[in-house]
Amino acid sequence: MAENVKPRIRVPNNAKRGEVIEIKTLVSHPMESGQRKNAQGQTIPRKIINRMSVTYNGKPVFEAKLEPAISANPYISFFIKATESGELAFAWTDDDGSVYKATQQITVS
Amino acid sequence: MARYRKILVVASTILAAGLAACSEEKPTSTADSGDPLAQYRANPKYAEFMSGEKMSGYVFASPETQAMQDDDFENPGMLAVQDGEAEWNRVDGAAGKSCASCHGDAAQSMKGVAVTYPKFEPKRGKLASIEHRINICRTEHMQAPELKWESKPLLGLTAYVEYQSRGMPINVKIDGPAAPFFEKGKEFYETRRGQMDVSCAHCHVHNAGRNMGVENLSQGQSNGYPTYRLKWQSFGSLHRRFEGCNQEVRAATYPRGSDEYTNLELYVAWRGNGLKSEAPSVRR
Repeated sequence: MAENVKPRIRVPNNAKRGEVIEIKTLVSHPMESGQRKNAQGQTIPRKIINRMSVTYNGKPVFEAKLEPAISANPYISFFIKATESGELAFAWTDDDGSVYKATQQITVS
Repeated sequence: MARYRKILVVASTILAAGLAACSEEKPTSTADSGDPLAQYRANPKYAEFMSGEKMSGYVFASPETQAMQDDDFENPGMLAVQDGEAEWNRVDGAAGKSCASCHGDAAQSMKGVAVTYPKFEPKRGKLASIEHRINICRTEHMQAPELKWESKPLLGLTAYVEYQSRGMPINVKIDGPAAPFFEKGKEFYETRRGQMDVSCAHCHVHNAGRNMGVENLSQGQSNGYPTYRLKWQSFGSLHRRFEGCNQEVRAATYPRGSDEYTNLELYVAWRGNGLKSEAPSVRR
């Protein structure tokens, strides 16, 4: 588990039914690409977040496969249509198997 | 040093255009008339970023940069604050303590502290920045090794401590034991240096609001530091900026954390007394 990995999400608290809303996510993670070398000349091993999955009341609405080219503290934003009140659940998967999670309730009227 | 003064500098012709009349008095330029800062003064949205004649660097930033600073989610400096919070609570050193062990909740204990720095520190017999003070706490009370200037944990801790004073006016003291160091900082600010043979005052006092190349010169205030500087694409300290400024006029630089830069830091902070602390800010 990488140190001090904190996900943040920005989801509007309320939305109108059918409205397209922007979801912003940011996760603090060094995203070590596996290409860098340390002062002794040894390659620093790759350690990145390789997947981000978002579900809306249990249904998948967004999936991303992240590659080593993505730099530290990945910021990912996307749009979804607000259809029903409920929970948005975010999960980021690390190379080492750790999963970082965040959830947010949304009220749709 | 004397050698440099004898070299004809091509680049100085660019500076000369803007600063030709610069001596030790305010120059009279034929290139413009009126107050180059008037455009900012007139804008009501900048009222909270000003204090009398003083203007925060926020005022000189582009709207996109300002938006990045205004939103805690988008502000990359907030990641440093997050690092600092973790560091604050981390036990380190032989005494088995963390910052929190003595100082408890930073929101209480550190509120209003950062805006009084740098200040005279009796343990050093000279000024201390927040970074110096953190290292005194670490070595004396935590029995932990000093953190390196500009390292991730020290930048984080500095950002975290500064964050507790966000929105409060800068309020450094220049009297009492701090006075001789303030004078040294003032002398540094007003001394010509480098191949381009200019002082801090030439850009930031006599030409604030005018353009040097494409850059609109600011007043060089420090109320936003430490800052995420877009040019660096990383979060950094005020002393890192001083180093950059000195490099830009092709002057010798001083080490980050040196007496020269710490004394300068007090003078620059005094220039901004009354401005609201914006750390962590976003600058160009």
